[in-house]
Amino acid sequence: MSFIEISHLKKSFGPNTVVHDFSLSIDKGEFVSFLGPSGCGKTTILRMIAGFESATSGSISVGGAEMTHLPPAKRNVGMVFQAYALFPNLTVAGNIGFGLKIAGKERGEIDARVAEMLELIKLPDLGGRYPYQLSGGQQQRVALARALAIKPQVLLLDEPLSALDAKIRVSLREEIRSLQRELGITTVFVTHDQEEALSISDRIVVMNEGRADQVGTPSAIYNNPATRFVASFVGTLNLFEARVVDPASGRVSIDGQPVMTARDISAFGIADEATVALRPEALTLGNGDDDRNTLAGTVEEVSFLGAVIRVRVRLREARVSLDIFNDPALVLPKIGMPAVVSFKKDDLLIIDGR
Amino acid sequence: MKTDRLGHWLAILIGMLYFLVPLAATFEFSLRKLRGVYSFEAYRIVLADPQFQSSFTFSIGLAVVTIVFGMAIIVPMAYFVELRLRKLRPFIEFVTLLPLVVPAIVIVFGYLRLYNSSSVLPLTNSSLGTNFLLTCGYVTLALPYMYRSIETGLRSIDVRTLTEAAESLGASSATIIWRVILPNIRSAMLSGAFLTFAIVIGEFTFASLLNRPAFGPYLQLIGANRAYEPAALAVMAFMITWACMGIIQVISRNAVAARH
Repeated sequence: MSFIEISHLKKSFGPNTVVHDFSLSIDKGEFVSFLGPSGCGKTTILRMIAGFESATSGSISVGGAEMTHLPPAKRNVGMVFQAYALFPNLTVAGNIGFGLKIAGKERGEIDARVAEMLELIKLPDLGGRYPYQLSGGQQQRVALARALAIKPQVLLLDEPLSALDAKIRVSLREEIRSLQRELGITTVFVTHDQEEALSISDRIVVMNEGRADQVGTPSAIYNNPATRFVASFVGTLNLFEARVVDPASGRVSIDGQPVMTARDISAFGIADEATVALRPEALTLGNGDDDRNTLAGTVEEVSFLGAVIRVRVRLREARVSLDIFNDPALVLPKIGMPAVVSFKKDDLLIIDGR
Repeated sequence: MKTDRLGHWLAILIGMLYFLVPLAATFEFSLRKLRGVYSFEAYRIVLADPQFQSSFTFSIGLAVVTIVFGMAIIVPMAYFVELRLRKLRPFIEFVTLLPLVVPAIVIVFGYLRLYNSSSVLPLTNSSLGTNFLLTCGYVTLALPYMYRSIETGLRSIDVRTLTEAAESLGASSATIIWRVILPNIRSAMLSGAFLTFAIVIGEFTFASLLNRPAFGPYLQLIGANRAYEPAALAVMAFMITWACMGIIQVISRNAVAARH
C-alpha cells in the first residue's frame, strides 16, 4: 500500500466543482508535483491534504491512517506557503521552534532541534534575526526549516518559489530537492512552473480543470503527453491538425505535406483528422538524413532567447517553431528565405490517440 | 504657483486659528482665578478637590475595564470575520458604526427600561450592576473606534496564512490568537485602547443618567457652579486626550518602523 492514498476526492464550492473524482497514490519518500494553470484545482487538493479545506467526498489517508476529516493541527503535516507565512513577532529561532513549543517539548530539545534545522538550511548564524531582516530566499528557507522541525510525515509545498526572483528560485529548488532526498520525506509540491516541476519531481500530476490529465515521470510527461492540454502546457509545442493518409504505415499529411510517424495510428481511418505535435528541439533546419521527415516553408521570424535561437517557419497555412542552440559562429537564416525543417519519425507525437 | 502656495498657507492658518484660538482663550481664562495675576490657582483647586480625585479614579478604572471587556469581545470577532467570514465584513462594519448613529441617550434609556429595578434583570439595583451596565454602554460607544483599530491591524498581517501556518504546526485556535495574532496586532490594540480611554474619560450621558460618580458628570457639575475651574478642567481633559493621541502616534510609528 502507498504512503499517501487519495481516493475519489471531490471538492465543490457551492455549485462550482473544482476537483472531480481525483485519485492518486504516493509512495513513501516520493517527490510528487502537481502542475497546472491557475484554477486547475492543484492547490485545493494540497489544502485538502493539509486539512485547510474539507473534501466534499472521497478520502485521504497517510501512512495507513484515515485523515479526511482530521483538523490540520492533528495531521502532522509540514506546510510551506508561497507568502512564507513566518510569524513576524518571532525570531528565526522562535519560528523554527514554534511547532515544538506547541508540542510541549523541553527547552533543551527545542534549542538542539532549532540549531540542527538552522544548519540544515545553511543559516546557522541567523537564529536571532526577525523575518523582516531576511531576504525572500532566506525567509523561505526558514519556513522550510519550521515545517521540517516538527518531523512531519508529509511535506506540502504550496508554490514556495513563486515569490522569489529567477536565480534564487533555481538554487532554492535544488536545495529543496536535496533536503527532501536527504531526509527521505514524502513531498507534495504545487507549482504552475513546468520547468520547476520537471526538474525536481519523481512524478508529475498534470492538472486540468479539477482532473489529473496525466500522471507520470517528468520524462514521460514531456516526451509522451497523453492529452492536448498536457502537450501544450508542458514545454513549447508545435500542434497541427494532420490528415491520416495510411494508418498501417503511419503516413499522415501536415498542411498538405506528407510525413511519417513511428507512433501507432492504426486506430484512425484514412482521411481522419489527428492532432499531432512536434517539440521545437526535435526539429532541425535542413534536410538531414534520408529517413527524416521534411517540411518546406519560409522563415517568418528569428528570435534570440539566450541559450537557444527560435526560428519560426511558415508552411502553407501552419507555422512551425524550432530551436537551434546558440553558437556565435552560426549563420542565422534570414526572414523571408525558403527553408526546410526536418525531424525523426519518432518525434512526431500523436496527441489524441484513439 | 505662488498664489497656490499662499492659498495653502491661508487654509492652514484659518484651520489652526479655528482650533487654537478657543483653546488659547480657554487656557488664558483658566489662569485668571486670582484677580490681576495669571496663576494656576484654578488647577490647584481642581486637583485638590476630593470629588475630582474620586471621579477621575472611577473613570480611569472604568476605562480600563471597558478596554479589557471590549478587546475580549472585539478581537476574536474581528479575527474570525477576517479569517472565515469575510463576506460578513460590510454587515459587521455597519453594525459597528451604529453607535455613531444611535444617540447615547437613546441607548441609555433603552438600558434603563430593560434593566431597571422592576425588570427581570434588575442591574440598576446595585452599584456593581450599574457599573457593569455602564461598562457595556462604553464598550458600545467605543465599538466603532476599537473595531476599526483592530481590523486595520488584522488587515496589515496575512491572518489566513499565518493561522494556517500555525495550525499546520499543531496550534489550537486559542493558541493562535494568543501567540500569533495578538502579538502582531499589539500596536492596533493599543491605538484602540487609547481611543477608548479618551472616550470613556470625558463621557457624560451614560454616567449621568445611570447616576455614576464619573469624571464626565463632575465636569458638568463644576461647569455649572464655578467660573475658572471648568476652563482648567477643559484644558486638562484636552491634555489627557492629546497624550493618548500622542501615544497612539508613537506606537503606530514604532510598529511601522519594526515592519520595515
